[in-house]
Amino acid sequence: MSAFLNHWLTTNIVVIAGFALLGWILWSGSHHERWHRAWRRFRADRTGMISLVIVGLYLGIGALEAIQFPSKEGGSKSVLDLLLTSHIAKEKSYSAPLATVRLDELHKKEPEQLRGRHLLGTDALGKDTLAQTLKACRTALIIGGLTSAIYIPVGTLLGLLAGYYRKRVDDIIQYIYSTLASIPLVLLLVAMMMVLGKGLWQMSIALGITSWVGLCRLIRGEAMRQSERTYVMAGRALGQTHWQIITRHLLPNVLHLVIINFILGFSSVILMEAVLSYLGVGSPVGTASWGTMIDGARAELSRDPLVWWNLVAASTALFGLVLALNLLGDSLRKAFDPKRG
Amino acid sequence: MLNYILRRVLYAVPILIGVLVITFLLFRAFRSADEIASLQLGPKATHEQKQEFIKKNGLDLPKGMQLWNHLKNTAKLEFGESWRLSRSVRDVFYDGVGPSLLVTIPGFAIGLLAALGLALYQVFVRNSAMDHTLTIICVALMSIPTIVYIIASQSLFALTLNYFPATGFEWEGFVGTARFIVLPAAILAIANFGHDGRMFRAVFLEEIAQDYVRTAQAKGVSSGRILSCHVLKNGLIAIITLTVGQLPKLITGSLLIESFFGIPGMGAMLVQSIQQGDEPVVMASVFLGAVLYLFALILTDILYAFADPRIRLS
Repeated sequence: MSAFLNHWLTTNIVVIAGFALLGWILWSGSHHERWHRAWRRFRADRTGMISLVIVGLYLGIGALEAIQFPSKEGGSKSVLDLLLTSHIAKEKSYSAPLATVRLDELHKKEPEQLRGRHLLGTDALGKDTLAQTLKACRTALIIGGLTSAIYIPVGTLLGLLAGYYRKRVDDIIQYIYSTLASIPLVLLLVAMMMVLGKGLWQMSIALGITSWVGLCRLIRGEAMRQSERTYVMAGRALGQTHWQIITRHLLPNVLHLVIINFILGFSSVILMEAVLSYLGVGSPVGTASWGTMIDGARAELSRDPLVWWNLVAASTALFGLVLALNLLGDSLRKAFDPKRG
Repeated sequence: MLNYILRRVLYAVPILIGVLVITFLLFRAFRSADEIASLQLGPKATHEQKQEFIKKNGLDLPKGMQLWNHLKNTAKLEFGESWRLSRSVRDVFYDGVGPSLLVTIPGFAIGLLAALGLALYQVFVRNSAMDHTLTIICVALMSIPTIVYIIASQSLFALTLNYFPATGFEWEGFVGTARFIVLPAAILAIANFGHDGRMFRAVFLEEIAQDYVRTAQAKGVSSGRILSCHVLKNGLIAIITLTVGQLPKLITGSLLIESFFGIPGMGAMLVQSIQQGDEPVVMASVFLGAVLYLFALILTDILYAFADPRIRLS
């Protein structure tokens, strides 16, 4: 049992860490009047609330897939597998939504009956499309969560340091991010993936290294503005160290920018996964991910009859999450800064 | 002015060196010469062939020496030969730029103009139900991955309706060439439209709250004229930032769109080079992209000074 627990912890550490990070940001924000005001405004925003519920739904599905326990046949099963038992039956190849026979046996006189009914059909390997699409939620959350866990602390810390210390520190940090920003994004990602190898962790590390620039710039500007304020000077006069000023005064004042960036960044990471999968350096083969599903659909569309359900299912699921995240990010920005946005 | 430009160019040099060092580290430092050679020549290559390849490309030198040579050659703008095509990298780029520009210029121009028009209209009817709906449509447009646009439009307009060829590119006079360009350019326009439109709307909304707009209204200037003359002119800074920022992409093309539509531009060539490990081409492309990016930054600042006389370059 302890071996299993160990395995579960290593596979889900990212999800746990992601939730912990989110919880910490919300907890430290909850002491501030600004966050209370923003929350009151946010509650009145119908688009924002709906998108929050949708994002929560995706999180829930991802969590259902993440909760796994050992099954009798060996290996492990997730809660999602149990809920979809009727959909789990594996076929041999493509079948249309709700079909009773396989696609390549449509014209045969005595076609072999399918083992189960598939609401959204099956893919090339005979896996149920609906189950694959839902399982991919966890993959998207892992990539988004792990990438954020890398780039959010790095971007925030470097931005605060550059904005607070200025001079030499600012020069060095600016040099690093200008250099990274000059390299075309896709090329940098592909080159890094070639060095690191294929895999979810590797992809998240590559995305994490490239994603912090925008956040760092934003935080740097805001930290510069904030450190002009009198409360920073008062802190210095009271004998607080630089580090205390950065963590106790500046950080709480830029946290709302961090959370907005976290949500909008999550959506671009998920979109990027689809691009990397197309270039052949994305999710490893066999992972249920929207990127690999969409990529696989390229060959399917020229078949006759048309195999459209994999593309439609994966891109609708991806679109739903990205749209909800984008709208949620917009609403949060409006809630924190009603004059702009 | 000249002083300023010169200083900015000098600032760009250490950044370019940084870019070259990073790309060198990523492509060369983690792999041995033998690995690179067998990746490029295939599993059937003999030992002699590999050794010849390694010698020819200077892969047997110490890594520090290789980096120095790489920096030196790039400074002389010598990018060497493509490993895949046995032609010079410069010629490969030369062939790719034309088709790329043919797709990207109309694509970006149409997307930008449409986004500007939409943003002005949205500011005209601001905070109405129409405005909110259009904003959500913009967000929806930018939430769809480009691959889905490409696959869906190819299967609908090319394979089902047969309006356009699905892939390929030929120089066949104006109409003949345009047939290959319409779909990719349209997708490029739509892919940028949502993002640009939303950004312009935010800029114009900020402008319309300014005092000079109220003054103009008090003078009796019509709202159409306020938008098209005053707001548009003052929003120019944001428009410049966005447009000039696209400059590197204009020439390096769009990786996905070009390779899906079989357009022999820079983007498609890059995808092939990436997939086949053609390092000289990929490394030169990274350098070219970085140069264009830094050039665009300097150009943006210069254009700012023209758009807004209050901005002084110093």
